[in-house]
Amino acid sequence: MELMPKEKTAEETDFRKDIDPQGVKKEIMDKYPPKVARKRSKQFIVNKKVDEENYEEIQANVRTIPGIISQRGCCYAGCKGVVMGPTRDIINLTHGPIGCGFYSWLTRRNQTDPSTTPDHDNFMTYCFSTDMQDREIVFGGEKKLKAAIQEAYDIFKPKMISVFSTCPVGLIGDDVHAVSREMEEKLGITIFGFSCEGYKGVSQSAGHHVANNGLFMHVIGKDDTVQEGEYKVNLLGEYNIGGDGFEIDRVLNACGIKIISTFSGNSSVDHFANSHTSDLNLVMCHRSINYVADMMEQKFGIPWIKINFIGARATSDSLRKIAQYYGDQKLIDRVEEVIAKEMAPVEKAQAEIRPRLEGKVAMMFVGGSRAHHYQELFSEMGMKTLAAGYEFAHRDDYEGRHVLPRVKVDADSRNIDELEIHKDPERYHPRIDEKELEAEERHGIMLKAYEGMMADMEEGSSFSIDDISQYETEKMIELYKPDIFCAGVKEKYMVQKQGVPMKQLHSYDSGGPYAAYKGAVNFYHEIDRMINTKVWSYIRAPWEKNPELAAMYANE
Amino acid sequence: MLLRHTPKEITERKALTVNPAKTCQPIGAMYASLGIHGCLPHSHGSQGCYAYHRSALTRHYKEPVMAASSSFTEGASVFGGQANLLQAIDNIFTVYEPDIIAIHTTCLSETIGDDITQILGKARAEGRVPEGKYAFHANTPSYVGSHVTGFANMTKAMVDCFATSNGHKSKRINLIPGWVEPSDMKEIKRIAGELGVDTIVFPDTENVLNGPQTGKFSMYPKGGVTIDELKDTGNSRGTIAMGRLASGPAALALDASCKVPCQILDLPIGLQATDRFVDALRKMAGVTVPDSLNLERGKMLDIITDMQAYFYHKKVALVGDPDQLEALTEFLVAINMMPIHVLTGTKDKAFEKRIKELTADLPHKVNVKSGGDMMLFHQWVKNDPVDLLIGNTYVKYIARDEDIPFIRHGFPILDRIGHSYFPTVGYQGGIRLLEKILEALMDRQDRDSSEIEFELVM
Repeated sequence: MELMPKEKTAEETDFRKDIDPQGVKKEIMDKYPPKVARKRSKQFIVNKKVDEENYEEIQANVRTIPGIISQRGCCYAGCKGVVMGPTRDIINLTHGPIGCGFYSWLTRRNQTDPSTTPDHDNFMTYCFSTDMQDREIVFGGEKKLKAAIQEAYDIFKPKMISVFSTCPVGLIGDDVHAVSREMEEKLGITIFGFSCEGYKGVSQSAGHHVANNGLFMHVIGKDDTVQEGEYKVNLLGEYNIGGDGFEIDRVLNACGIKIISTFSGNSSVDHFANSHTSDLNLVMCHRSINYVADMMEQKFGIPWIKINFIGARATSDSLRKIAQYYGDQKLIDRVEEVIAKEMAPVEKAQAEIRPRLEGKVAMMFVGGSRAHHYQELFSEMGMKTLAAGYEFAHRDDYEGRHVLPRVKVDADSRNIDELEIHKDPERYHPRIDEKELEAEERHGIMLKAYEGMMADMEEGSSFSIDDISQYETEKMIELYKPDIFCAGVKEKYMVQKQGVPMKQLHSYDSGGPYAAYKGAVNFYHEIDRMINTKVWSYIRAPWEKNPELAAMYANE
Repeated sequence: MLLRHTPKEITERKALTVNPAKTCQPIGAMYASLGIHGCLPHSHGSQGCYAYHRSALTRHYKEPVMAASSSFTEGASVFGGQANLLQAIDNIFTVYEPDIIAIHTTCLSETIGDDITQILGKARAEGRVPEGKYAFHANTPSYVGSHVTGFANMTKAMVDCFATSNGHKSKRINLIPGWVEPSDMKEIKRIAGELGVDTIVFPDTENVLNGPQTGKFSMYPKGGVTIDELKDTGNSRGTIAMGRLASGPAALALDASCKVPCQILDLPIGLQATDRFVDALRKMAGVTVPDSLNLERGKMLDIITDMQAYFYHKKVALVGDPDQLEALTEFLVAINMMPIHVLTGTKDKAFEKRIKELTADLPHKVNVKSGGDMMLFHQWVKNDPVDLLIGNTYVKYIARDEDIPFIRHGFPILDRIGHSYFPTVGYQGGIRLLEKILEALMDRQDRDSSEIEFELVM
């Protein structure tokens, strides 16, 4: 009877130490045709510092090779699904055949609370599409788009409509921007379009950028109402998956920090419009939203700092960073009080789960920031991240923003507009000393700084793998047998078939929140449950464990 | 209210679809392709398409869904996708080693007019398709038809590309099960087995999308119709296609190309449709129905007899795909329920006519629409409330807002596990459907009855 999972002995877990990472890389690359191997080698890195501040270069944000199965989605998914999807009081109208709208309809677990905006509008449960047919492909779809906007207005009376372009829209030359302008004039509400055709860029990342530009041009800065509050911030790049944003709100509220707008979890376009009245932008997911942060600094004089609310320690560090940025003793004291109070149950939970998780190994391939942020949570459990990578990030998310001047801009990135931003003549006012803005430092806190994922990974023995392929995933699991693997829904079951627990970290498969303090405790328990589940011990049936018995009877 | 903006008053919409009751062709093609053994589906489009399709299928079946993509960028969209597809074929056969690649197109590659026949010809001529391996395709433009059309097109492509006739008819019978669960495909095979009929079932996702946990991952699980079987469909004695839209075109193509006569039936959901399936298969194969099936049928009928008091004139609204809805509507009418709102997102005139015929004798006005959406469906329900809703997971938003019992049926089911392991076709599947319907109604009665009326024996 083997009902409990067998504890791995020290020798069994130690086998990973004897593996040569470069040998692993070579074994995996050997399977590929030479051209593919050359390209993938540059995206498959054994982490190593080459000098004081630089890591071995990783190629990222480059095309996926046709036929090499990737985790990536498209520009439309990044624009409509990720950035604009969690905003409840705007009609997001997909201009294209039905599929794109259908697949992005409620499939990410963004929670929203309409009771917190006066009109209680919530269109997130809806899918709006022009359901383009072959006649529109032949004769053009602008007429149908116009009619669809009119019908959406007549039935729902929304305060804002945005239009998302799918692949055929760009190919047949429908001008969604002209149609939007015309209808905006006619209906008197804000209407704007996104050129987020699926073939643009190389991944969702292009769509994030397109969405950032659209928000910046059409929504941000339209409402100058100044709200009460001593410390007013925006939270950028937090999408309220499984209620993460609510937990962060709770902690910031407890510290006396007011969030004017979150981009874009539990968000309202009214909050976006007013977001330029904040003192400070807090950037959570650097990849998806840094464009808005940069543009708001240039246009309105709002500085931004990188924070991370995934992991209890990271949350405390981030709160201290915000307090130190303001440099106000009252806030610094308040933050310390909150940390002390919040950490008590966290430490209790850590003490409970650590004996069962210490030394376990994780791999994670998600997002543009999550593969970095979640390493914090795993290290709090005494676990090590042996391999990590992003699905759609850029070099700066791996190596740190200091490499930005050296990042080559290729043709695929060039087809996404870079907006030229000037100081707003009325609304620009630097929130801090211009000298501090220029030096990108205040009270010892670096502004606009992000050191990237590699800085937190073990040199020589860990991997950074960009846009990991299905084949590489399978081999890394086979060779290293991680105790847990984190990726998205497409990877979930192929990982679990190999007897390795798999946690979805884009849109969590279940559970949450995992952000801040209560989230950390939730995550500890979730990983403890997953790694120590009995299910894997049942894979072999009793008769497979003792086949000789059958032979005995047969021989009689 | 989750769908708080949906007005009760119905206004005509000509351009705007709200809450679709269909999705696009390629996902149906991908599902059908997974029903071929050793096959890697390939999406000739930008990455978003296969990412969305794999995600949706994975969420429904809770199994690995493997597929590749041509990963179009802006350049490929301008210059055509030939280079991408050729490179993909090379890489797939080298790295992922399938026996066969089933390519489907997307709105992107259809709009730019990529000629897959020509590209595949070039790939073969250049030796990119290894000896003994295959690559074939179906055209599945997303701006025509729906996911059902895509499934039908890929299933027909299997016939067009592989079925051959050697002039000698075998005793075998082809069964085309349509877009049903892997468990349904298994049940259809089991029924044929009870009759002692040798069959080829295609596509067949049993043991592909309801696989076991073995501690090992296989890109190409045990299930699926083999290429040899697909070739041999041309020699079969006959074909039974289940589902006019999903399976009809493949059956007709087989008749045209290999002179295999076909019967196009409803999906065998419910008593009469299952009866017709068993009867057709019996006659086509020249066999007698065994006692074991008579026993199953008798049990289903016994359960209907026991349950009918609770079903009588209960109003039902159902939304889904035409093949499923036609069979379900007939079944609901047979058990004395009243399907009064029946809507599909797939455009199909014959559907409306058929549902009207099936419900002609109901003492209640019936709303029927093909090419409609779930907002209209919801508005119908608001204007004429029902006792039960049947549809995919999205219907749960309507069920909650309107406080109506709901059972999940169709695609996609994103919030429950088990549908791919239990059939709803055949007599056994019918029994399961009946149990689900009764349970939903009884749970509601238990919830809503006062303490005085609350009863142990119901």
